Amino acid sequence: MPTLTAKKISTRPSRPAPELIFGDLWEFDPAPETADPKLKARYDLFINGQFVAPKSGKYFDSINPANEQKLAEIAQASAADVDVAYQAAKAAYDNVWGKMPGRERAKYLFRIARLLQDRAREFAVAETLDGGKPIKESRDFDVPMAAAHFFYHAGWADKLDYVAPGRRVAPLGVVGQVIPWNFPLLMLAWKLAPALAMGNTVVLKPAETTSITCLKLAEILQDAGLPPGVVNFVTGAGDVGAAVMNHPIPAKIAFTGSTEVGKIIMRSLAGTDKKMTLELGGKAANIVFDDAPLNQAVEGIVNGIFFNQGHVCCAGSRLLVHEPVAEQVLTKLKNRIKVLRVGDPLDKNTDIGAINSKEQLAKITSLVASGVKEGAVLFQPSGRLPTKGFYFRPTIFSGVSMSHRIAREEIFGPVLSILTFRTVDEAIEKANNTAYGLSAGVWTDKGSRILKMSTELKAGVVWANTYNKFDPTSPFGGYKESGFGREGGRQGLLDYCKLI
Amino acid sequence: MTRLPITKTPKVYVGGAFIRSESARVFPLKDADGNFFANIPQCTRKDLRNAVEAAAKAGPGWAKRTAYNRGQIIYRLGEMIEARAGEMAEALLLGGASKAAAAREVAATVDRLIYYAGWTDKYEQVLGNVNPVAAPYFNFTVTEPMGIVGVLAPEASPLLALVSLFAPAITSGNTVVALASTSQPYPAILLGEMLATSDLPGGVVNLLTGFRQEMIPTFATHRHLRALVGVANADERKALAIGAADSMKRLQLLKAEEPTDWFAEAAQSLYAVRDTLEYKTTWHPIGA
Repeated sequence: MPTLTAKKISTRPSRPAPELIFGDLWEFDPAPETADPKLKARYDLFINGQFVAPKSGKYFDSINPANEQKLAEIAQASAADVDVAYQAAKAAYDNVWGKMPGRERAKYLFRIARLLQDRAREFAVAETLDGGKPIKESRDFDVPMAAAHFFYHAGWADKLDYVAPGRRVAPLGVVGQVIPWNFPLLMLAWKLAPALAMGNTVVLKPAETTSITCLKLAEILQDAGLPPGVVNFVTGAGDVGAAVMNHPIPAKIAFTGSTEVGKIIMRSLAGTDKKMTLELGGKAANIVFDDAPLNQAVEGIVNGIFFNQGHVCCAGSRLLVHEPVAEQVLTKLKNRIKVLRVGDPLDKNTDIGAINSKEQLAKITSLVASGVKEGAVLFQPSGRLPTKGFYFRPTIFSGVSMSHRIAREEIFGPVLSILTFRTVDEAIEKANNTAYGLSAGVWTDKGSRILKMSTELKAGVVWANTYNKFDPTSPFGGYKESGFGREGGRQGLLDYCKLI
Repeated sequence: MTRLPITKTPKVYVGGAFIRSESARVFPLKDADGNFFANIPQCTRKDLRNAVEAAAKAGPGWAKRTAYNRGQIIYRLGEMIEARAGEMAEALLLGGASKAAAAREVAATVDRLIYYAGWTDKYEQVLGNVNPVAAPYFNFTVTEPMGIVGVLAPEASPLLALVSLFAPAITSGNTVVALASTSQPYPAILLGEMLATSDLPGGVVNLLTGFRQEMIPTFATHRHLRALVGVANADERKALAIGAADSMKRLQLLKAEEPTDWFAEAAQSLYAVRDTLEYKTTWHPIGA
């Protein structure tokens, strides 16, 4: 058994380091972002380069989860609309996009990246209004990262001979894509950019609670002069998603969402020749060793679980702490989350915004109740929450055991479950003891241990002394029931082509 | 007086040992002229689960071997077959192959193993890479074997197809549970004897004989099989996909209705190695 760094723990009481406790002592002045999100009152489907009314003539409301006010009406697509979208995508593939030289496809993608950068602030505000995430995240992460994905993949379009050494690649044809509500614009970019660079055309459905930035991007696609039908957006709920998955035209289906739905999709596509990329749920272990820089680790833990209200498939939702420092880490964490600001997502100082929907809030609430019932110790900071809208306090459970639901099920909210370990082997065993395998975190000062952990952890992404970092060049995707296929990097492109 | 020859009792190679089916069932195998040749183990779902257990035990050790060592061992397997090529060709004659065709299949099988033996310490350099992320991090993508891979061999080319399917999986450190051709199982029985003398650790390749329809449901649903590769007909593919969904098993199935030319250059590929690999990406800050 590998030995761990022996650390002398001082038993002499020492004066605690001075800390600034903000809490409710001082009111902060609001600092709202005021850029105009330029929303339309009503958004139609985007098919064959045009905004078109749904055949049913029906629309549903998209609300702001921060205050439950209606933002816009979104077209309710039907299977018939999905069919029209696929016909348009097929015609665009056969007649235009599939034949276009890579260097020309590249230019369209570069244009999209640039036009999105031009309107970044407008998109950030729209994203925050529609989804509830803090403006500092949509402004500094979601929108710039979405633009970066288009820019990165643009450059691949005329260099595809380098994707699969020894073989030539060809596009698959039309692909159907369904994306979740946690990173609406970014997931859109993750899906569209590699598909288009490779020469495929697309029918995509955004999540029903977060369709707005997708339809705003359609305006950019028009401004970029993207040929009609290359990208088509259909909006609606799960029935529209099923129509996108089960239509006979697409050669490939790409889905990001829950493992539960991923399994339904895999079964429904059984017996077809459709290729699949599934990016599903996670229950990542974030592992802190006693030699880790603890203050840095605490920041990483907070970022790992409270980023985007914990609506992150790769969230570090299971904290595994080395026993010698468990108490210390818990104390530091409690102090840290006491100063997290929960509230108006549009406020530039907000750390934790609104939960995406009433349904998600109910799910988080019920899993937290199960944690209490099963005997874990709950900690939530005090402080006022807005009266309207969907909010949940940052939550820490200590004394969690592996069998607790909060240690096994994906909560998809700002809820951290803390477990402890004594040895490296125990940490590995606990980290891997899950059906998921999307991501993991390791905090230690010892390089050789990082490389050992990175090798042993059954996860597609391992963050060492950091967490929740993403990049278009960096492949992302899971092991086991977190799905298959990768998004980003050279490896992600391989999932959008066939080898010839 | 002529001496009565000693005939061999066929046993399957599982966990480094030669076993009969736990069910004690056998099915008779006839030679090309229709005469009784031997009784072949009719393996069961339980045998499959036992084989998966053996593969699970062998997995971590095999994956931790150095790439150089794995390459030498796979090369050694080629040596073992080459040395007993005549005997293996005889086994192929049972299924009705001509002498020339049998010799050609044995030779192609050895060449295939040599091809993959050479990939063990190279595929990582082609498939993985460092990623130039736009932040001060060292970020690299490497591959890892998926774990235990189920192999469904087709009826035809009972030696070459079987080896072409499992060789890329073990190249990267996966372990394998394979179901041999039902109609021509004997080459797989003989192959087990060659595997046993090849330095390949017991449990890395486990070969079962028996009836596909009895085994396919368990191949589909066994949660410890992380991937299935092989050849299947339309009904089997559908059943395998439905079962695989429960544990998000990776499927790489060729169509039985579109016969594969296992002798072709295209039947061996780096991308067959990739089919049983996962990509793992690691981030680390760059700083003092």
